[in-house]
Amino acid sequence: MTSPGGVAAKATEQDVASPSRAVPGLGPRYLPRVGLVALLFVAVILPFTLSNFRTFQFTQVLIYGIALLGLNMLTGYNGQISIGHSAFYAIGAYTTAIMIDRWNIGYGWTIPVAGLLCLVVGFLFGRPALRLEGLYLALATLALALSVPQILKYFEHWTGGSQGIVLTKPAAPRGLPLNPDQWMYLLTLCITLLLFVLARNLLAGRVGRALVAIRDNHIAAEAMGIDNALYKSVVFGVSAAYTGIAGALSAVAIAFVAPDSFDAFLSITFLTGIVIGGLATISGAVIGALFIQFVPNWAQDISKAAPWAIFGTFLIVFMYVMPHGIAGFCRLMWIRLTAPPVTRQEPR
Amino acid sequence: MDIFIQQVVSGLATGGIYASLALALVMIYQATDVVNFAQGSMAMFSTYLAWSLLQTGMPYWIAFCATLAIAFIGGLLIERVIVRPVENAPILAIVIVTLGLLVILVSVAGWIYSYIQKPFPSPFPDRPLKVGNIVFGAHDLGAIGITLIVLLLLFLFFRYTTLGLAMRAAAQNPVSSRLCGIRVSWMLGLGWGLAAMFGAVAGLMVAPVVFLDPNMMGGIQLYAFAAATVGGFTSPLGAVVGGLLVGVTENLVGTYVRFIGTELKLTVALAMIIIVLLVKPSGLFGRTTIRRV
Repeated sequence: MTSPGGVAAKATEQDVASPSRAVPGLGPRYLPRVGLVALLFVAVILPFTLSNFRTFQFTQVLIYGIALLGLNMLTGYNGQISIGHSAFYAIGAYTTAIMIDRWNIGYGWTIPVAGLLCLVVGFLFGRPALRLEGLYLALATLALALSVPQILKYFEHWTGGSQGIVLTKPAAPRGLPLNPDQWMYLLTLCITLLLFVLARNLLAGRVGRALVAIRDNHIAAEAMGIDNALYKSVVFGVSAAYTGIAGALSAVAIAFVAPDSFDAFLSITFLTGIVIGGLATISGAVIGALFIQFVPNWAQDISKAAPWAIFGTFLIVFMYVMPHGIAGFCRLMWIRLTAPPVTRQEPR
Repeated sequence: MDIFIQQVVSGLATGGIYASLALALVMIYQATDVVNFAQGSMAMFSTYLAWSLLQTGMPYWIAFCATLAIAFIGGLLIERVIVRPVENAPILAIVIVTLGLLVILVSVAGWIYSYIQKPFPSPFPDRPLKVGNIVFGAHDLGAIGITLIVLLLLFLFFRYTTLGLAMRAAAQNPVSSRLCGIRVSWMLGLGWGLAAMFGAVAGLMVAPVVFLDPNMMGGIQLYAFAAATVGGFTSPLGAVVGGLLVGVTENLVGTYVRFIGTELKLTVALAMIIIVLLVKPSGLFGRTTIRRV
């Protein structure tokens, strides 16, 4: 059985495995890197060229990017379907909000705490989830996503009930000539870069191959000496931690949390993001985040219902025609364009 | 004691609704190994269609039958057009397609009918029935009755008609059935149509209670999932028993366990799903699938 993303994942490994040839000048091998540097440059100067509102929107894109990367590790690479990541996003957001609001702790400290808490919760949820295959896991996580808003409303004393918790937007540290939106954007950018590099190192190597192996054939993986249970529950934890950090950042950036913003539809939004960006790709997280941030904005002009109609249509159409998402499609095209012609290979 | 009986009966009524939806899920799961995440929203959409028909002044029972017919055709078309291409795809693709269907149906319903809650008529009298000190809602009893009739018809169909037999055969052993000349993929389509019909019954019975709303089936679908999980996804009987069990449990827990009340209802469903999956993943009546390596 091949899963969507199988081809894309293989492509990643090829890229990583083959040592870059020491060709002087800018061969096609270097183009992706040049592109990455250019993208980074654009990302850094973005807040200084855009309005505060646009900057805020791009902060949100980065935050979604982290969450999507987390979900993609679990669903794309490891094949565990989660419709419950809104729950971890909510846990992260509420951890931060409660720590800031009730205990007056600096927001910088709350983000790693939120990540750690989600790591533990995700690991603990992932442990019983080991016994659930495919559809059953999807069901259990959907149930989790549906019940989280209720649980949040129930513990009113901590969470402020349906009213939620209002925070104040943090200002830039003294001495930096930045407004709060710019500061938040750059902070998020740093955290995003750190998390993406970590994820890339994790997924491009041994661990990533083990995850893909478990997804594609868990029995064969077990036979090769991969501890399925360990890998699956750890990746669940790490994935939850990424999503939790994203939730924490969103609480700080939006300066408000409320239970109803973390419903099951948020989980479906995340799934839409990774499907459109590309299952089992890292760059797909960014593409997906751009999609789920900006497409609803445009669609809302048509009708309140339009964003979801568009999400749904894209979900289905992508599964038919582009199961590896935009990132996977681009990679395929790239491989096709840059592959050396067969005739040039010398016989050995 | 009176309160207890009353709660049990109204639990059976909601349980019957969960059972119809759970049965729809199980029918599709048995035939194709697909859990249809859009089952609830398909039911919601059918209920909206029924509302439109009623708005034209059509008598209730004619509208009821017409809705079931439309739901059947709709389910069949959805299977043929949308689900068919991913029939043999990995589970993730199927989950994503049905989720896509879910959000499309919810948003289209919201688009056409707006997100404002609408009252939906019940075909049964408002007057409650009194037996001794116990008061039963007429709608509750009616819903139980309708569920039972539908179940009986379904049983008769699968047990005594050739088409029913062919459908069972197609679900059980597609290859041999195809060799016997059964058009397996059409049987799957019919299964989807029937499932959509059950969903529509559930929607029509629940709408007078929860009001008509594009998101009305969210919680109910979760309970139907819980029902199917409790009963076992591979057993239609299990789905019915599971539905009734879940409905009664929900009501009793809501009444007698103080800290849960109505506020944590969905969490009860979550707990039920997780406990059953951990303790007996195949459910009460399901058969354990053993796969050869």
